[in-house]
Amino acid sequence: MQEVMKKRAVELLSDGTVSKVIGWMPGEFSYDMTPAVFTTAGEIEENFIYNDFCGANVSKYVMKEQKKDADAKILVFLKPCDTYSFNQLTAEHKISRDNVYVIGVGCDGMADVDKIKAAGIDGILGIESDGDKFIVKTVYGDETIAKADAMAERCLSCKSKKLMVYDEIIGEDGEVNTDCGRFDMVAKLESMTADERFEFWRGELSRCIRCNACRNVCPACTCEQCVFDNPNSGIAQKAASDSFEENMFHIIRAFHVAARCTDCGECSRVCPERIPLHLLNRKFIKDINELYGDYQAGDDTESKNPLTSFTFDDAEPSVVHERGNE
Amino acid sequence: MMLYLSSDKLDLFLEKASEKLNVYVPVDDTNGGASYKKWKPGTAVSKALHTTKSAKDFFFPQTENLVEFKMSGKNIEIIDPRRETEDYAVFGVRACDVRSFGILDKVFLSDPVDTYYKNRREHGLILGLSCNRPAETCFCGTFGIDAAEPMADVDFTEADNGYFIGANTEKGTAFIESLGDIFEDRGAAPAEEAKAKTREIMKKLPLANLTTDGFGGDKLDELFDAAGWADLSEACIACGTCTFVCPTCQCYDIKDYDTGHGICRFRCWDSCMYSDFTKMAHGNPRLTQKERFRQRFMHKLVYFPSNNDGEFGCVGCGRCLASCPINMNIVKVMKKLAKEDSGK
Amino acid sequence: MTNETLIPYLGVVTDIRIDTPDVKTFRVLTPDGVKPFDHMPGQCAMLSIPGVGEAMFSITSSPTNKDYMEFSIKKCGCLTDWLHMMDVGQQITIRGPYGKPFPVETELKGKDLLFIAGGIGLAPLRSVINYVRDNRANYGSVQIVYGARSKDDLVDYNEIINEWMTDDGVEVNLTIDREQEGWDGHVGFIPNFVKELNPDLKKTVLMCGPPVMIKFTLQGLMELGFEKTQVYTTMELKMKCGVGKCGRCNIGDKYVCKDGPVFRFDELDELPDEY
Repeated sequence: MQEVMKKRAVELLSDGTVSKVIGWMPGEFSYDMTPAVFTTAGEIEENFIYNDFCGANVSKYVMKEQKKDADAKILVFLKPCDTYSFNQLTAEHKISRDNVYVIGVGCDGMADVDKIKAAGIDGILGIESDGDKFIVKTVYGDETIAKADAMAERCLSCKSKKLMVYDEIIGEDGEVNTDCGRFDMVAKLESMTADERFEFWRGELSRCIRCNACRNVCPACTCEQCVFDNPNSGIAQKAASDSFEENMFHIIRAFHVAARCTDCGECSRVCPERIPLHLLNRKFIKDINELYGDYQAGDDTESKNPLTSFTFDDAEPSVVHERGNE
Repeated sequence: MMLYLSSDKLDLFLEKASEKLNVYVPVDDTNGGASYKKWKPGTAVSKALHTTKSAKDFFFPQTENLVEFKMSGKNIEIIDPRRETEDYAVFGVRACDVRSFGILDKVFLSDPVDTYYKNRREHGLILGLSCNRPAETCFCGTFGIDAAEPMADVDFTEADNGYFIGANTEKGTAFIESLGDIFEDRGAAPAEEAKAKTREIMKKLPLANLTTDGFGGDKLDELFDAAGWADLSEACIACGTCTFVCPTCQCYDIKDYDTGHGICRFRCWDSCMYSDFTKMAHGNPRLTQKERFRQRFMHKLVYFPSNNDGEFGCVGCGRCLASCPINMNIVKVMKKLAKEDSGK
Repeated sequence: MTNETLIPYLGVVTDIRIDTPDVKTFRVLTPDGVKPFDHMPGQCAMLSIPGVGEAMFSITSSPTNKDYMEFSIKKCGCLTDWLHMMDVGQQITIRGPYGKPFPVETELKGKDLLFIAGGIGLAPLRSVINYVRDNRANYGSVQIVYGARSKDDLVDYNEIINEWMTDDGVEVNLTIDREQEGWDGHVGFIPNFVKELNPDLKKTVLMCGPPVMIKFTLQGLMELGFEKTQVYTTMELKMKCGVGKCGRCNIGDKYVCKDGPVFRFDELDELPDEY
């Protein structure tokens, strides 16, 4: 896959179709790739990498590059879940589709080194892909782990392997999976008593260190200045001054991205405290599906999201109110 | 001969210690990380190499109230909200984190002394734990730290199904003596063997050869103007993860909070990665992420050593390597800048 | 009073003078009616209104004034807006003094002095000017070049014309940016004015004002033949602790709150261009 991607990137740079390529560069180890912008064929040849650990959603970097230069022709490699974010950013006029060449990259799920480490494998010197398993060379000896066991948590309940936007595809396009079970945990939380649920979220959110990684990585968080960064808002706090603040930051953020969140899972991926933040967003998605009919943000760039459009069939406030008392 | 405590007596040790002071131990979190929690009977001590956040919270908590004000009309009442700090011990602190306290001391205990920090520091007893299974992200050796010898008040070395224990300070010695006869005497050979093994592993880790050559207080000009900063900072999402998990990052903000009953002035960790870090009413000297990113690494690799007899502001714990959302970190910075420097 | 750096003292604003449309000078005493603390010219203090904010201000009054402390403050943000709305009798908090002063007792002693100030930049220099006037025998000649947008923007014009201009051995040169009715003095920007005045190269320069004024005036001084070792300025960056620990006011390895705010230009040259 990597070689085909490199070849196309070099071709598209050379024939002038694009002037910038958003991809990944290698890290110190086998699993710590950093998103990067390439501008020459030489850089691609030398430094472009793509493997099971390139899980970062790079769609937001398109916005960043277009801010620097609105007319830059950009090549971006997007995995299926990234294409939803890309569509949503396009729909919100945060990026201009016209100047972007999208290569959709088929995906069977990405790996997460934390899963490998959680399996007790550490001191990693190198990771090699071997069919459906990884051979991990470590300072303590070689280990083998099934790719299924090393798969990122979010990929285990992947909603769609279908590429929603592309100019060409590398690898295999997949299908939407309505039976992915992504709402199972939300349903479990809903079945708890209010006290149990509060306990669960206090336990998780009390670890928050307010690093803002979830917000900054989120493709739906595109405000020029976040209300939590605005000293005049009265709620700008760098560190939580009490537990209420911690709750509010995440809950307000979830409200703000409701119906715009594509469920890409970046928030939970980047959280250094491993708080399952995506569950807040999924609760909104599940509610929207139930109250307004199935809706998937990022499906396309045209449809109106149910929270910003009015129909006579909309859920009445009383319904919402009642559900709130459950 | 050394003091020895068998593994099955760890709980007894923690129980005895808890009778004298509050004891904090690393505990596994629900989702794979670990954090320090107060020990109570039944608490399982985590086997994790690192807690997600460092141990700096004990002396320099993420947020703390400095002073309170009661406002009435034109009058202000100033209240020092502090209570007497209780004695406490922190168990399981690795060598890198132990060294980080020395770095924090250089900031907070230099004149004028930060009394909030000093108070906590003086009441704290550090129980170090030597590493026996370092990770690929470890590079404490780069900064002259021996993963096998934490040099805390008391050091614990895992060997022979238990812990070999040695005190390094008077405070540590007094603490160990106060616990009575729960320890036994044993020949120190197994401990020395375990330490030697750790040192061998450290030599085989991928970052074993990382050096600080090319960095330091005298390298300000060439490093500040290095071309590499642009590429290094390109993917930075400007979050504060690296700063907040870092054991040596100590920059803080001071803010006021209206509690409804008065004004609470608190200080909280701040990050030079944030856009408002240096923003003033009339402008900002660091306008782009490149400058903010550069500040963090220049502080650790140049400014701090310049002001502190050459000591670097990093201990090689590897937390930032493990937690940066885009996998950018001080190791990549050092390697790229060193390469650029040698290419000149 | 306490020895804590981060816990402030109580201050009372006992007098408020309106200097210009956007500058007021506040006189501050302790609730017991004495000066909050001693300082040297160029040093700063942290003033705050709890709930609004805390910020660093240069102390405008001279250390030779034993009765009170004064701060000339321009309205330019949240806290300063609030300060400008205060009435006499309002309590505020104050802590300090912070920073390294102008070297009035060492390097500047016996020297001919040239003060160059623009707008509110006179605030920190006023402390030095009055210190020098009160210790007249210790210094050589004194020349003050002061400019503002208009006559109304000259801070504490009364003191300038009634006290400074009447002093022996003190030369005052005023300028405003544009022609104005009732002004028969010099009109023009400070950098050009300084070049026109062509000051003696023996003088030691103390300069403070907006960054653009500093930049071009320094250029002008260099063209006249001054050395950077002869020119001092005072810097301002965002500060929180005031004691070199919170980590935000650094220029390279120097903290403005602790190693500054007073720098000589040859010292600034050694630091990265990040201010």
